[in-house]
Formats: sequence, C-alpha cells, structure tokens
Amino acid sequence: MSDLVVRATGLRKLYGHRTALDSLDLAVAPGQVLGLLGPNGAGKTTAVKLLLGLARPTAGTGSVLGLPLGDRRARQRIGYLPELFRYPAWLTARELLRLHCRLADLPRGTWSDQIDQALGIVGLLGRAGDRVGDLSKGMQQRLGLGVALLGEPDLVILDEPTSALDPVGRDDVRAIIRALRGRGAAVILNSHLLGEVERVCDEVVIVHRGRAIASGSVRQLVGAPSLRVAVAGLADPVSVLRRFGPVTLEQDGLLIHPMELERTPEVVAAVIAAGGRLFAVEPVQRSLEDLFLQLVRTGVTEATEQFRLPVMTGPVGPPTDEPPS
Amino acid sequence: MSIRAILVITELTLREVLRRRLLWVLLGLSAVSVLFVGWVVTQLVAQARDSGMDEARVMLGVSQVLVIIAFMFSFVLAMSGAFLAAPAVASDVESGVALAMLARPISRADLVLGRWLGLSLVTGGYAVVSAALAIGVVALVSGYVPPDPVTAIACLVGQSIATLTLALALGTRLPSMSAGAIAVVAFGGAWLGGFLGSVAGLLRAQAIVPTLDIVRFLFPTDLLWRGVIHGLEPPIIQLLARGVDRGSYAYDPFVALTPVPTEAVLWSIAWIVLVLAGGVLAFRRREL
Repeated sequence: MSDLVVRATGLRKLYGHRTALDSLDLAVAPGQVLGLLGPNGAGKTTAVKLLLGLARPTAGTGSVLGLPLGDRRARQRIGYLPELFRYPAWLTARELLRLHCRLADLPRGTWSDQIDQALGIVGLLGRAGDRVGDLSKGMQQRLGLGVALLGEPDLVILDEPTSALDPVGRDDVRAIIRALRGRGAAVILNSHLLGEVERVCDEVVIVHRGRAIASGSVRQLVGAPSLRVAVAGLADPVSVLRRFGPVTLEQDGLLIHPMELERTPEVVAAVIAAGGRLFAVEPVQRSLEDLFLQLVRTGVTEATEQFRLPVMTGPVGPPTDEPPS
Repeated sequence: MSIRAILVITELTLREVLRRRLLWVLLGLSAVSVLFVGWVVTQLVAQARDSGMDEARVMLGVSQVLVIIAFMFSFVLAMSGAFLAAPAVASDVESGVALAMLARPISRADLVLGRWLGLSLVTGGYAVVSAALAIGVVALVSGYVPPDPVTAIACLVGQSIATLTLALALGTRLPSMSAGAIAVVAFGGAWLGGFLGSVAGLLRAQAIVPTLDIVRFLFPTDLLWRGVIHGLEPPIIQLLARGVDRGSYAYDPFVALTPVPTEAVLWSIAWIVLVLAGGVLAFRRREL
C-alpha cells in the first residue's frame, strides 16, 4: 500500500456547523484514474482541497505522494486545475506558464520545453503571446490544463476540467487523461459529467452530502449486462432460456441477468428452435448515470434494493400465446 | 516560508503594477502637480520679494508651503497604498487566482509577504521619486533647501508603508473595499488624533491628550508625520520657538520642534511587522 499516490482515511471537514465532507476514504495508485462523482455541493472540491493542503481536515489522516496531507513538498509533483480557473488576466499565456514553472521550482533549463510542450498538448501554441484576459473561457480552461501538466506531475487533479469546453475540447481532455495514465501518473477527475467519468475512470467514488455512498470500478458499479426477451408460443420459456443465465419474469418479458451479450444470437436461435416466436430482444446495460441518479435521489439503501434484481431460476407461470404488451 | 517564492510573488506584483500602467499614471500626475506647485511657489516668492519682505520670512513661508504640499502628498500616498494593497490578497482570493498559485509548493505567508514587498517597493519608490521631485523643484525656484529632506522622505515612505500594510493585512480576511476603506479611515483618524492633540495642548485641555496619544500610538502614521514636518521646516523655527512665542509653535499641528523620537521610529517599524504578521496568521487560518 505504500506506493499509493493518494491515501486518505476518514477525512472529515466541517465549515462551522456544516459538514462538507465526512468519513471519506480514498486510495489512488500510480497510473490510475479516479473519478470523484457527485452533485453540486457534494463535497468533491472540498476533498480536493484537503488533498492539496489548501484546507485542513477536521478529522482523518492521509498522505499524498508519500508525504502527509498539507506537506508543501508534495505540491511540487502535483498538477491542479481548479474548478474556478482564474489566472492574472494581464499575463500572456506563456508568461502564466513561466510563472507556474517558477512557483513549482522546476529546473530553469526545462522551462522553455515544458511550456512549449504544455501549450502544444492543450492546443494553444498559436496563442502563446495572447493575454489571458483576451482568451475565451474555453481557451482559459485549456490553458489551466496546460498549467496543471507542467513538470510532468505524478498526480494530476482536475476539478471539472471540461465545464467550459466544446465536444472537441472534451475529447481532447479525455485523450490527455489517457496519456497521463499511460505514463504512470495518477489522475483524480472531479466531475458531475457522468459520461466523462464513465469513459476514462478506472475507479469511481460517488460522493453525496459529504459522504462516499458508492465506490468501485465502473464495471463493478454498473454491474453485468442483461438481455430482455419478449417471446410467445413456448410452454416453458424459462427452461429454454435458463442455460444463458438466471431468468426473471418481468411485466414486459423475461430478463436474463447476468448475460454475456455475445451470446444473443444463440438466444434467438434457441427460441426459434423451440418453436417460439420472438417479439423483442433488447440488451440492457445499466449506465453510471442510472446508478448515480438512483443513489442520489433515493438514498443508498433503497437504491441498492432497487438494483438488486430478483433472480428466478425455476419455471415461471404459463406463458401466453399473446404477444407481450 | 521561502525567500525564492516571496521574490517570485514580489516580481509578479511589480510587473503587474507596471503592466497596468498605474505607476506611470501616478508619476505623471505627480509630475504635473509638482510643476504646478513650482509655478505657484515661483509666483509667491517673487511677490514676497517685490514687496520687500526679508529673506528669512520668505524662506519660512516657503517651508510652510512645502509642509502643506507634503501633507497633501502624504494623503495621496496613503490612499494609493491602501487602494493598491487592499485588493492584493483579497482579490486573489475572491477571484480564485490564489487557489492556483497556492496549489504550488509555496506557503500562504510567501504570498502575503511577496505581495507586501512588491507593493512596498512600488509605493516607497513612488514616494521617494515624487517627494524628491517636489523638494527639488521648490529648491530650484525659491532657493529653500529643507534641513533634513532625507528624514522627511523616509518618514513619508514609512507612513505609506504603514497604511498599505494595514490595508493588505485586513485584505487577508476582509473584502478588498472594506480593507481599503478601513485603512484610509485609520490614517485619517491618526492624523486627526495628532491634530486634536495639538489643539488640546494649545487650549491646555490636558485631560484628553492621553486619549489622543493612544490613537496616534495605535496607528503610528502621525508620529511619522511629525518627522516629515521636522525634516522640512527651517532652523529658524527652532530659534523662534525658543523665544517668547514658544507656546503657539509648540502646539501648531504643522510645526514639529523636535525630531521623531527613536522610540517612535522603532515602534512604527515594530507596528508594521506586527500588523504584517497578523495578516499572515489570519490568511493562514482562512478557509479558501
């Protein structure tokens, strides 16, 4: 566990009497992309500030890059894009990056290359001499991402990195995150854009009202896919389908869960071979958004219950020849 | 705390002031003011000499004009210092600029001290150039050279740094407008305390003098203001003050018969250090 980039246990933060974060545990390994998901005000940014030492935890312990929380030396190897990306408007893009090279105490001889590389990655080489205040909001966010990439940090923390970007920019950010993972850097992606998190994150922690209410890999969280089948003309459809997985009777058909979707043609063939008629074959994959909305709206316990599918492996009631409604 | 980081922030502050052309605007306005003052003093001196006034009285009059100019200038410096320093940290926090910088391996003290050093250099440099220009122009057109212009300018610089320090320290916790306004009011209050102290002395209202001294002690710009006056007024004031008219000179708010006591200078320096330290501590405890 000692090679973890981020390790935090029981992090708690109170602002006055308001609990911003409570009992948060985090573990991020090198080359891992962790998504912190949560609605507005869930405590994501507070968690990031605690990791960066910008705020002090009320309780809990942790380390970043092998140093205790709040140790400034760790920040030399961290790149950070704040949610509120504001930089001195009178500086040019190149001057801003140079300023951060100095603040990060990077070796002077590397500044020029680091700056050109960062500007190239975020697509702003042609605007290097423009004042920050003259750049569009999206370009300022790209520039902020460039600032976070200076010095090839071992940990990159991106707080809502695509909030001002167009779809092309968002795709670029995904590519940058993958590249960071590829060179072994750990990334913490703070976002409420579920699709973004789903596409790039290895692990996800869902935070709600300051508490982690679910965590795991995206695959673990969303679970295995299912296949919904609407059939008629079979006396015992469950016996035909159960070889593909546990079968559940639903209002609008039968649900095979979990199901290897590559075997869908076999399901079709089996129903036809048994003399049945197929009205619908629908692969079902719960999305992170489904899970997220359920968790946030209904609370953890209810959501878990709702997503736990009632598995039936025995015969179900006599099917009807009528097509399902 | 890191000297390297402090100097990075200092340089950033200096470049910001230069880039925003604020310093050049202030210097330009000062140059215009000094030229105007030079013209006025030329006219007054010529008029006085034509009327047959003896040279000692002319020089005394010019010295009083110079003190009044310094008085106005000290207010300009205090206002400039307060309005430059109040948003120095406060705006960084309000805008979010501080967040990106403090995520680097620098401390909050580095940010506050770097801002303070940069602004002190700007304000101090501006004070030295403008005051030297005013004294030089007056000397050129009237022939009056103050006895201790270096001390006078040093005390002006001290006044402006004290005001900007208070504004910057308050800005670590308060919104920039509040911090600037409080610093300017404190400067005015201290001067008023000194002025009323003189009036109280003149009226022999000794009972309220200690209270007014406390006001001057709490914000020591008026102590330094006495140093400005003493450095600018001619030795003839000392001679006059030894005569029968001593009482009125002793309590004149625009006359200082004695130099600033060393204790007052030391207290002013200590005050700046304490207020700055308070600002650093307040900023360290602030939730960003």
